[in-house]
Amino acid sequence: MQPDKQNANLRIAALVSVGKHPGSGRARRAEQDARAVEMGLAMAPQGLEVLHAGDPHAEALRAYAGMGLKKIRILQQGENADAVPALSQYLGESKPDIVLTGVRAESGESSGMMAYLLGEKLGMPVVTRIAEIVSIDNGQANLLQALPRGQRRALRVPLPFVASVDMAAAAPRQSAFGPASRAEMEAKKADVEVRDEVQASWSEAPARKRPKRLKVVKAKTAADRFKAATAKSSGDGGKVLRDKPASEMAQAVFDLLLEEGVIR
Amino acid sequence: MSDEIIRRDPRAEWIARNRLHPLHDAMQQAGAAETRGPSGLIRRNPHAVGFIGPNGIKRIDRMNGNGPAVGGRRSAGAAKEVELPLHKVENPDYYVVVVPDMVGGRLSGHDRDVIGQAHKLIREGEGAGAVLAVVFGEHREEAFDKAGVDRLLNITGEAFEGYTPELRVAALEQVEKEYAPKYWLLPDSVAAGFELGCRLAARIGERPATQAWQVSSEEAICRGAGGTTDITRKTPRLMLLAEECAEPIDETRHEVLPVELEASVSVQAVIQDCGQVAVDPNAIPLGEAEFILSAGNGVTDWNQFHQAAEALGATEGASRVAVDDGNMPRFRQVGATGTWVTARVYVAVGISGAVQHLQGIGQCDKVIAINTDVGCDMVKRAALSCIADSGEVMAELIRLANAYRQEVVENAA
Ligand SMILES: Cc1cc2nc3c(=O)[nH]c(=O)nc-3n(C[C@H](O)[C@H](O)[C@H](O)COP(=O)(O)OP(=O)(O)OC[C@H]3O[C@@H](n4cnc5c(N)ncnc54)[C@H](O)[C@@H]3O)c2cc1C
Repeated sequence: MQPDKQNANLRIAALVSVGKHPGSGRARRAEQDARAVEMGLAMAPQGLEVLHAGDPHAEALRAYAGMGLKKIRILQQGENADAVPALSQYLGESKPDIVLTGVRAESGESSGMMAYLLGEKLGMPVVTRIAEIVSIDNGQANLLQALPRGQRRALRVPLPFVASVDMAAAAPRQSAFGPASRAEMEAKKADVEVRDEVQASWSEAPARKRPKRLKVVKAKTAADRFKAATAKSSGDGGKVLRDKPASEMAQAVFDLLLEEGVIR
Repeated sequence: MSDEIIRRDPRAEWIARNRLHPLHDAMQQAGAAETRGPSGLIRRNPHAVGFIGPNGIKRIDRMNGNGPAVGGRRSAGAAKEVELPLHKVENPDYYVVVVPDMVGGRLSGHDRDVIGQAHKLIREGEGAGAVLAVVFGEHREEAFDKAGVDRLLNITGEAFEGYTPELRVAALEQVEKEYAPKYWLLPDSVAAGFELGCRLAARIGERPATQAWQVSSEEAICRGAGGTTDITRKTPRLMLLAEECAEPIDETRHEVLPVELEASVSVQAVIQDCGQVAVDPNAIPLGEAEFILSAGNGVTDWNQFHQAAEALGATEGASRVAVDDGNMPRFRQVGATGTWVTARVYVAVGISGAVQHLQGIGQCDKVIAINTDVGCDMVKRAALSCIADSGEVMAELIRLANAYRQEVVENAA
């Protein structure tokens, strides 16, 4: 925790959900949501509010509380209720500077739409997959966004905004049992409760194994099929440079690297 | 090359047809395997069966009717590149819009699957639909026709370069207004498709199916709960498709007619792209790295190799021999017993290309080989090979990279 990052009057809301262990299927703290809480704790330990819409008695919520939270606010609603209306109603009133969510939930539909729907409802910009909030100055936040292949992109966004937190963000601190059981679970009936009608018509089953795609050879004659089955895969024969000065060859290689855009 | 050409001997053919030719009997005798002997029995001459193949070895051709003609010689001709039939949609009744990721400016395998899915939905439905691909910025794809793109909307302009999600969604919203597509299909990928799809869904108020992996016009099966459940639902208008959701198009060519948006798009973007941040390439896990400079037994000057990797900004890799000799750490090993890499560009310096190594780079797009041996397997795999000493080429590469950096700095100043 860098003290210079702590903004005294910054208000952050971290939205947490009940996660699901991919192996055992047990309820746990969701990994991305825990990273969101960690990010909030590092940025503004005083102004962090951790928010959950759903069942106040879910055991997994204690795991978030065990990260050193005094309180978790719960908008109590039924199992089949849509979380977005309740959350957007609440956040529209409490008006935090930053709303942090995970990228994709570990249970339920896990569509990843939460951040975008909230952004659209609250009229805030949405940034995706952030790895770090670097600093906040003049009402603008400097963020690092996680890109595929370990790359990072710097972004600048005005407050307030909604951000989804990537797995590349700092790993969450451990959850301790004592603070977890001491934390207050402040449950309040959600002001709006909208039943998710669309979801009611879906059928859900444990994931089936997906068939592996087979390489189908479309050959007309036996000879072609035989060749396709036995031939070594040896590209389509690239360009070969030889008997030239090394500088010329290196130039050709470098040009290709530039063309592919890997030289930065 | 030469053994693919069928050589005919018109004279021999003519003699074979003309029973009155003085040479006819002799010619037929020599070629015929079966003749009627003096007693009326059929005699086979096993020496006359077959023909002499291109390598001077006798070949018996059992492909009835496809055997060589008299006097002609044919060897197993390689299948010619056939021109695929052109699939035309004159006046489409509706559009299915696909927004491919275009990683590195080209269609990815995932993009092709999504386009394949679009055609599957069109085949299942009624009326003639056309697949409209929306591509942002400059692209380098040449084979849109073979991937199944009927209409191409290429939205270019300075404003669309870099990370501009708000502008792109505004453009897609405009597409929604002008084309009212029957389906929106995007790849559910970290590259761009997931983000763009979710933004679009929130904007136009559609509830998307995400991680959909089996889609028909009636119902879609999607992965939910972090990939542990299957949700079966009615097919919505907007879908984010998983990899290998459908077979890509491979039997037809398509028109790729360019189309344009009538209205221009502009928004007040609040997310400001400050460019990519330099990350230490060696901090990126090898399996994820985009650009790898890999060293093998043909590298002698290891300091120079590390310098080259740094100058080019490449992640370092190594062959097993380089690792076993203690020149590189074990976690840098690429191959069957090391890491299977997914780099877009892989430069193999002094690596012979043993199968165990080639397995590890199976997913790489562009392989560049620097090797002294033309005949080695790595050169056969590579898109570009330099037959030269690794040290000399690397020295030149370092020089070029440094000169390029210098130039960029000067231009910026
Ligand atoms: C069970 C098993 C698992 C294995 N797993 C792996 C694995 O995961 N990864 C792996 O890499 N290997 C693996 N191997 C080893 C593999 O079979 C090869 O031995 C190894 O990949 C060869 O490494 P190399 O290409 O660097 O060396 P070499 O085969 O010695 O090739 C050196 C190349 O450098 C060229 N050269 C020489 N001097 C120069 C010069 N001055 N300039 C330019 N080029 C030059 C040569 O022409 C040659 O092509 C495995 C082997 C076994 C048996």
